[in-house]
Parts: sequence; structure tokens; C-alpha cells
Amino acid sequence: MTSGMGGMRTSGDLVARMQMTKGMKIKAAKKFVAAKLGVAVNELTDAAVMGELREDLKIGGVYSSMGSPKGIEAKHHIADLLGIEINSLKRFRHNTR
Amino acid sequence: MNKIITRMGDGFPVESSEKELIQDIEDGTLDAAERAKIPPLSDDEQKHLFEICKSACKISGVEKGCEVIMSYDGGTNKVGRLGINTGRLQVLQLYERCFGADTTELSDLDYSFKQVKHIIRENVPLMEQAQLLMVAPVFYGAMPNIGLYTQPDGPVPNPAELLPQGKIKEAREAYEGAIEHAVRDMVYVATSQCEAGADGINFDTVGASGDPDFKATLLAVETLKKQYPDICVEVGMAGEFVLGMHGEMTHNGVRLAGLYPHKQVKIAQDAGVDIFGPAINTVSSRSIPWNVARAITFTKACVEAAEIPVHANMGMGVGGLPLCTTPPIDTVSMASKAIVEITRLDGL
Repeated sequence: MTSGMGGMRTSGDLVARMQMTKGMKIKAAKKFVAAKLGVAVNELTDAAVMGELREDLKIGGVYSSMGSPKGIEAKHHIADLLGIEINSLKRFRHNTR
Repeated sequence: MNKIITRMGDGFPVESSEKELIQDIEDGTLDAAERAKIPPLSDDEQKHLFEICKSACKISGVEKGCEVIMSYDGGTNKVGRLGINTGRLQVLQLYERCFGADTTELSDLDYSFKQVKHIIRENVPLMEQAQLLMVAPVFYGAMPNIGLYTQPDGPVPNPAELLPQGKIKEAREAYEGAIEHAVRDMVYVATSQCEAGADGINFDTVGASGDPDFKATLLAVETLKKQYPDICVEVGMAGEFVLGMHGEMTHNGVRLAGLYPHKQVKIAQDAGVDIFGPAINTVSSRSIPWNVARAITFTKACVEAAEIPVHANMGMGVGGLPLCTTPPIDTVSMASKAIVEITRLDGL
């Protein structure tokens, strides 16, 4: 909690995905995600800013609010937002053809 | 001069003077530098570490904007280990929604690829369900643990029995046989989890059985990445130094025995590893500032050599943290702040 990005409370899962899919180092990954979200790099770990933004972008949040995209639905929006492929989404599309 | 409360490597608190603390930091960084033939921390870095270590705060934290990614080994084992009766899907959700985890990991209590091969048909549907449920990335993780392939637990003769008899050639052949079995199991399990939708595979505690263990993992990673070039592979090491259990084992012409993290990461990234986790062992009889200085020195050299993200192992007995089951939060947060701010790594 004292050194981590905060996961889905903020944008940690998004930055992690850029490390995982594109091999980006932390600075490059944060810069990339901040640009995609239209926020400053320092705002990436601000739970107040990111909480509302995540809801607007339908990319999932820690509160499971009524009608909001969850799980794989939210990952669909994350893949679009970041321009990345997510393995489980490929499988989901394959199985729902 | 003010007394500072710090801790020993076993977690117990001790009083230290400023002079002793400064000396411990210097000794710790020099120990790492001499062992791995890498530069020690600069004077400014040692001063910064001193300021962090002397804090009397219960919790320390990195400056805003310096936060890094958290990845986990043995992810779904750890809540159950506390005696809390939860299913693994609930544990993944706890990590994601309660702990603010940046990534999560599905894993088994018997955390070795050999053991989980038998229950893959139970684990694949769980990963499939996890992927429907989770937003944060979900790794599957296990250990190569090639010791399990030796008799009486496994099929190959036991090098630990052959070596005392002077049967060095036979012991080496046994390790080479174990590697073949281990690679096959690791690729089988990892492939199944990739097909189930895993975001990544975590090969954890690599090198626990020495250079054959590291070699088997490198071969498994190469095979897996040929088949699934887009899957994320994380390799977390068992210790700061690859033990020469075989002694002559090489990979792409590089002798594996004796490699320190700044050389381990190069061979790992060439094999296709996407995230590398150096593990620096804690010496329980030395102070935490000594251990943290030492861990930071090894890790900094590793980060500088790496072209891929580096997530240093920090936990019970590694990364400068105490060798105890409930590491005190003052030390955990202090050490993580120090390693992040000084090494500029990418995650923990």
C-alpha cells in the first residue's frame, strides 16, 4: 500500500498491463496510461480522480455498482482504451461465436 | 547522539546509534559490491538510505508519483495460510478489491509444476472463471522445483546420494534427466493455463535447486514463448546467487552457476522473460539497514542491466525484510520505500 499503485482503486492494473503486454518500464507505462486516460501522471494513483474516471470509462472499479461493467466486460473496455490484446478476451470471443 | 530503533534480520528490535547505522549501511553495500563485482551505493544514495532507515514512523511510503507495480507469488495460497476459509476465486477478489493489488496470481497449495500437473483439469476451469470475474491481470504461478524429480519422489537418481559417493558424472546426468521432466511439466501446465485465458505465467523461486533448476526454467520459457509470444512470463528467483549444484551447466554459452542478479536478468530476458524478479537473501544475524543496503546494491545493478521490467522480491527473508512469519510493518514499508526510491525499479 505504501509503494504500490493501488490496483483497481486507481490505475495500477492498467499500468501493469502495459508492463506485461509491451514490456514497458514503469515510467513509460505510466506516461502511456496517463495519456490514454487524459490525466497527469501524478493523478494515476489518486483514488478520488481515478474512481470517477474509471466509472465514466466503464473499466471497472472496486465498488460493484449497479449496472456497471464487471469482470470481462470491463476488460473489453480496457483492451480498447489501451489498444492491447487480452488473452481471456480472445478466448471469450472465440467461445461466444 | 540520538538512539535509533531498528531491527535485526530476524525481526527483533535493537537500539543503534547514528554512527552504527551509517556503518551498517556502508558494510552492507560493500558486501554486495564485493560479492557480485558491482558498484556500491554512492555517498548520496547511502545518505538517502540513512534518512529512510532512521525514521521513527510506524509506516514509511514512497513519494507521490514514485509508486510501482505490485505482483505476487503464491497469491491465492496466502489467505488460506492464515486459517481463513475462502475459495481461491474469493481470494483473487480480495487481492483486487480489498488489497489494491495491481496484479493477482492463481496458485496451488502444493506450489510446484510437477504436483499441479495432476490436477490441471481442476485448475483450468478455475482460471477460466477467474478471467470472467476479474479485471486485474491474473497470473498462474508455481515453482520449477526440480528436486521433486529425484528419487524417491521422482524418476531420476538422487544427486544428493550420488555426490557423497563421488559419482559426479552420474549426479550430473541425473540433473540433466530431471531437467527434461521438469521442462515437459512446466510447458504442459503453462500451456493449459494460457489456453484458459491466463494473463501471464509466473515461474517462481527459480534456482531453488541450483543451476539445473534455472536451466529448466529458461528452456521452458523459450518453448512457451514460441507457442504463446504474447503471454507475459515473469521469473522470480530463489536467491541472489545461482547455486552450482551441477556446476557445468550453461545456457547459450553462459555458465549458470554463480550468476548474480545483474547477469541473471540478461540471460532471462534473452530467453523471453517479460518481468524479472531478483531475490536477495536476508542475513538474520545482521541488522535490517545492513540487509537493505545490500539488497538495494544488488537490485540497482540488476535494474541498470535490465531491458525488461524488474519486480524485486520482497517478503519474509528476502529483499532486506526480516526472516520471520509476520514482518513488522515499519520495516516492510521502510525497506520498500528505500528500494523503490534508490533503485528506480518497476515493481515489487
